[in-house]
Amino acid sequence: MNSSQQSVYSDTVVRQFSIMAVVWGVVGMLVGVIIASQLAWPELNFGIPWLSYGRLRPLHTNAVIFAFGGSALFATSYYVVQRTCHTTLFLPKLAAFTFWGWQLVIVAAAISLPLGFTQGKEYAELEWPIDLLIAVVWVSYAIVFFGTVGTRKVKHIYVANWFYGAFIIAVALLHIVNSAAIPAGWMKSYSAYAGAQDAMIQWWYGHNAVGFFLTAGFLGMMYYFIPKQAGRPVYSYRLSIVHFWALIFTYMWAGPHHLHYTALPDWTQSLGMVFSLVLLAPSWGGMINGIMTLSGAWHKLRDDPILRFLIVSLSFYGMSTFEGPMMAIKTVNALSHYTDWTVGHVHSGALGWVGLVSMGSIYYLIPKLFGQKEMFSKKAIEVHFWMATIGIVLYIAAMWIAGVMQGLMWRAINADGTLTYTFVESVKATYPFYVIRMLGGLLYLAGMLIMLWNVLKTALNGNTVSVAIPAPAHD
Amino acid sequence: MDILYLLIPLSVILVLCILGGLWWAIHQGQFEGVEQEGERILRDD
Repeated sequence: MNSSQQSVYSDTVVRQFSIMAVVWGVVGMLVGVIIASQLAWPELNFGIPWLSYGRLRPLHTNAVIFAFGGSALFATSYYVVQRTCHTTLFLPKLAAFTFWGWQLVIVAAAISLPLGFTQGKEYAELEWPIDLLIAVVWVSYAIVFFGTVGTRKVKHIYVANWFYGAFIIAVALLHIVNSAAIPAGWMKSYSAYAGAQDAMIQWWYGHNAVGFFLTAGFLGMMYYFIPKQAGRPVYSYRLSIVHFWALIFTYMWAGPHHLHYTALPDWTQSLGMVFSLVLLAPSWGGMINGIMTLSGAWHKLRDDPILRFLIVSLSFYGMSTFEGPMMAIKTVNALSHYTDWTVGHVHSGALGWVGLVSMGSIYYLIPKLFGQKEMFSKKAIEVHFWMATIGIVLYIAAMWIAGVMQGLMWRAINADGTLTYTFVESVKATYPFYVIRMLGGLLYLAGMLIMLWNVLKTALNGNTVSVAIPAPAHD
Repeated sequence: MDILYLLIPLSVILVLCILGGLWWAIHQGQFEGVEQEGERILRDD
């Protein structure tokens, strides 16, 4: 094969996003540990406005979701779409722009959020000029991704690309509708919607961000990297197709479960609850499909820590997609809502599913991108796996107990109809669980630091290799 | 809740687009003989 530009994959952008995913992972998780400590020891706010919990918390969520998760999604989607379509990226310069544009968004977030600039919408806090930049980067991402699929050399579009594609389209739609605002100065704006209407739009966005950003995108990762790492095809390819269509048909209306017992019309709350319950079926179908990919090769889990990351991520996916529908049931929600149970649920999905599947996929990618046979230290991956897993268990167990306890304390009523506990009593009772949660987070962060060291060692020992595209398939 | 007049049509349009995507994929033969497609990615490198 000659070495014309067309005959090698464009992996530079994949390398850049992979490394930055790990770097932003460390940053985002560090901010998480800081704010977890502030909840246990409020003195750590130091009376400095831009270090206060209210400003650092959106910085944490934006950094882990959009900087860490986003970079991991960009990296893996650019890798997977090229490998499964046997072609190089469509408009590689535009792909390079998505890298620098996305990093600029992250830096703008890291500066503007601590300074107190916010639209006050959860996971959509960034002010309108940054929102416009996100929209431009995202549309460019869509052009690169779908352009690559459109110029593929393989007739069949592999299932992972369907998931990545749905994630890219849905996030564009959600972002543009939810961020509609009237500017009132360079870093100030008012939402185009008001009151309960705004809440409805916000959670239509918020829950679908979970469904399409934090689920569909990472399922794309799962359907490529688990079969590759296990060396076996996905358990049932048919089931993966059903999984995809069922998931994207049902996700859009689950959002109202975030607004149970509010000013939202009762029927929309019930509709949100029903759709959330229906989601259990496709979610578990996909989870079982992923785990069963290992059937007949379970022994590989014994000595392959990367595969362990990927498979354990799926068990957390199964756990949180069971817990979610249960919490969407109105009577359960009456106990769980506004408590730390919700925080525990989110982190079982975020640390367990999104975190572990990204780490496993990046461990798979890094040696390939830098011309190495394997990661610099396999032992370090092993250590990272156990630190992450124990960290998650500490985190979510502490938040389950704290959440159920808070819910029960808040609803406890004396015989004469007065509340048994004041709010501050429930805060005081939560203190030990806040400390345990912080320790779990610290362990998870420490594991991520080990990963950063291991990734940098592997990258520095290797060099940036060009990988040739295979000759056209014979079908 | 005027916002439902935006969200419901948007959802309906989206479902129609998804159905269109499904229809396209079926008629393009994307889902024929799929089990071998799972094997293909293992031979790529």
